[in-house]
Amino acid sequence: MANLNIDSVKDRTFDAIVIGSGMSGGWAAKELTDKGLKTLILERGRDVKHNIDYPTTNMYPWEFEHRGEMPMAIQEANPIVNRCYAFHEDAAHFFVKDADHPYVQEKPFDWIRGYQVGGKSLLWARQTQRWSDFDFEGPARDGFAVDWPIRYKDIAPWYSYVEKFAGISGNKDGLAELPDGEFLPAFPLNTVETYFSEHVKSKYSNRHVISARCAHLSKPNQIHIDQGRVQCQRRNLCQRGCPFGGYFSANASTIPWALKSGHATLRPFSVVQEIIYDEKLGKATGVRVIDANTKEAIEYFAKIIFVNAAALNTNLVLLNSTSNRFPNGLGNDSGVLGKYVAFHNYSAHISAEYDGAKDWTTDGRNPAGGGYIPRFRNVYKQETDFLRGYASGFSAYRYQQRPWDGVGSSLKENLVKDDLSGWKVGSHMMGETIPKEHSYVALDKTLKDQWGIPQLKISVDYDDNDAKMKKDYIEQLTEMFTSAGFTNIKASSDQRAPGLDIHEMGGARMGNDPKTSVLNKWNQMHDVKNVFVTDGASMTSTSCQNPSLTYMAFTARAADYAVGELKKGNI
Amino acid sequence: MNRRDAITRVGLILGGTVIGAEFFMSGCKSSTSASGVADLTKPEIVAFLDEVGETILPATTTPGAKAAEIGKFMGVMVSDCYTEADQKIFLKGISDLDEASNKKFGKKFMDADAKQRTELLTDLDAEQKAYTKTKKPEDPNHYFRMMKELTLLGFFTSKPGATQALRYIAVPGKYDGNFPYKKGDKAWAT
Repeated sequence: MANLNIDSVKDRTFDAIVIGSGMSGGWAAKELTDKGLKTLILERGRDVKHNIDYPTTNMYPWEFEHRGEMPMAIQEANPIVNRCYAFHEDAAHFFVKDADHPYVQEKPFDWIRGYQVGGKSLLWARQTQRWSDFDFEGPARDGFAVDWPIRYKDIAPWYSYVEKFAGISGNKDGLAELPDGEFLPAFPLNTVETYFSEHVKSKYSNRHVISARCAHLSKPNQIHIDQGRVQCQRRNLCQRGCPFGGYFSANASTIPWALKSGHATLRPFSVVQEIIYDEKLGKATGVRVIDANTKEAIEYFAKIIFVNAAALNTNLVLLNSTSNRFPNGLGNDSGVLGKYVAFHNYSAHISAEYDGAKDWTTDGRNPAGGGYIPRFRNVYKQETDFLRGYASGFSAYRYQQRPWDGVGSSLKENLVKDDLSGWKVGSHMMGETIPKEHSYVALDKTLKDQWGIPQLKISVDYDDNDAKMKKDYIEQLTEMFTSAGFTNIKASSDQRAPGLDIHEMGGARMGNDPKTSVLNKWNQMHDVKNVFVTDGASMTSTSCQNPSLTYMAFTARAADYAVGELKKGNI
Repeated sequence: MNRRDAITRVGLILGGTVIGAEFFMSGCKSSTSASGVADLTKPEIVAFLDEVGETILPATTTPGAKAAEIGKFMGVMVSDCYTEADQKIFLKGISDLDEASNKKFGKKFMDADAKQRTELLTDLDAEQKAYTKTKKPEDPNHYFRMMKELTLLGFFTSKPGATQALRYIAVPGKYDGNFPYKKGDKAWAT
């Protein structure tokens, strides 16, 4: 074992270690350093410094050799990541390429990853909707998974806490199923989105089309200026990294904030092999890292460890952290670690046209993407032949039908003139899925990655509930579109594998009972009290709302609890 | 949300026709390139494709496709983003186009005058349109459709195309969801 001399051990000892620097890891780092803890942030990929490492951020369309398209050879070499909607010439450098990080698909699963400081927080679609008690009470009411050990009132103040810092735009819509938050001004619905919203309101008592709530600084407050971020400029080039810090990313917000405190050390190129458990002390003492470049193994030590490696990689780290005490993975007395993985079902869409409102258009671009329809199925009681429900995106835009027959000046004139046709409208489904024991991840017994760490085997699939829910989404949205007078309605269902939603969750779920869950109500391991998991791995169920905001809130709450326990000498 | 394909945005400019996407997203799994693809960088081929592009989208009160270096762009896209099967069609299309010119005017495309070029490409456009209409997905694509699509895609995403033929703003700084619409001179590039 390298580096055994005492000085070196001291240099490698911190108050806290955070594994991962993305959406939730960034928050753990910020909160722990705000409270004065000397914190080591481990990131398996390279550093991506705000602004400095956004190579495409100010490029014009014509500066991309292929005008955004990925060359065929890259597409063919990367069938998995190539299916991701944002894998294009302007942001491909922030995505993991298939061959670099192989995994085993026992069932098809498109695992989309971003291995760099900031992780996928650079790339996310920035939708931030709170979860409600209709979500947290779901498993207990509907008899799946285990009961969440918390309720909305436990997390509500922490939603407020993270929203104020991250900057969330939205309207106070007063909906029980989608609680209001601490909002900056909303991005408005456009003319046809508003028309549809009003139509739906008049026809259905429990269905609402609202402005999508998103992590954009529509109007920054002092706390955002203090982070070095300014107003969102509506470029809608977010996936490149934003020079304005107009949307929330760990790179623009939490990571530089943590580093500014003077208490943080950021170590990129650090692949975590395992968390070190000391049987005598009965707790974790540190983390063994493999330097991604030199392949040298290095140990770091700390009093508390936050695991924020992204949902499935957090499972991998925990499963690979074995000892005499925990032969099946750290904190896995229950045997459920790696199991009850679920995701969001995005596999249905519907499009149509609207022939009215031709005196109106939009000006500029809407980073929120348009409207959001909160879940309206099975909210107050079970009313369909499937469990749970779906949220839906909804957006409308003006388009121009251009005859492109012929060649020459008349063709050019037809293509460049401003002569808008009607509106197109579209919606996509975001369905909750049920975590099941047989939806799992595990370590492959033979295959390893380039650092000698077992590859992750993924076995997750759709089920009958998902199929019924999808059918209902298509029926209900078709009915709503028809009733609104939309024409040329086309519903489509694609065959995407789970994972492409990039909302995989679970495996190290929270619960009241140590026999059936990995974490308690503080995201703290039942069996190893100084280890906290606050990313997607900790989710007991998936709701149908986008999960990132909830990870942020859980992380801030858990960090507050962890530091309190540390000060009391309990961990 | 905002999960719209970049290529769809190009399609929006062009009135919903998703230019090029059928090629770029086709499932052909060839990882090799057609022999002769390197020829696409030859000055005479680039010049030829420049003139084809310029005939499709000529300079008027605003610049034409040649000003957008359309010949070079077509070569790059065919080399890097086309399947091997489509590359072969495109390469053969260059001589097919010359042959069609010979047949019609008794001279090569480059020797034809602007009026003749427009006449020839108008014919070829009608031919590709009729062909594409009845073509089954597994049938080969028409080379002139490729040239036309690449010209439109390349021109309207180029600096002269986006900023002079169309309107382009890199940093809108605002979003207004209810903006009165009056027909203007130029459509938006994005």
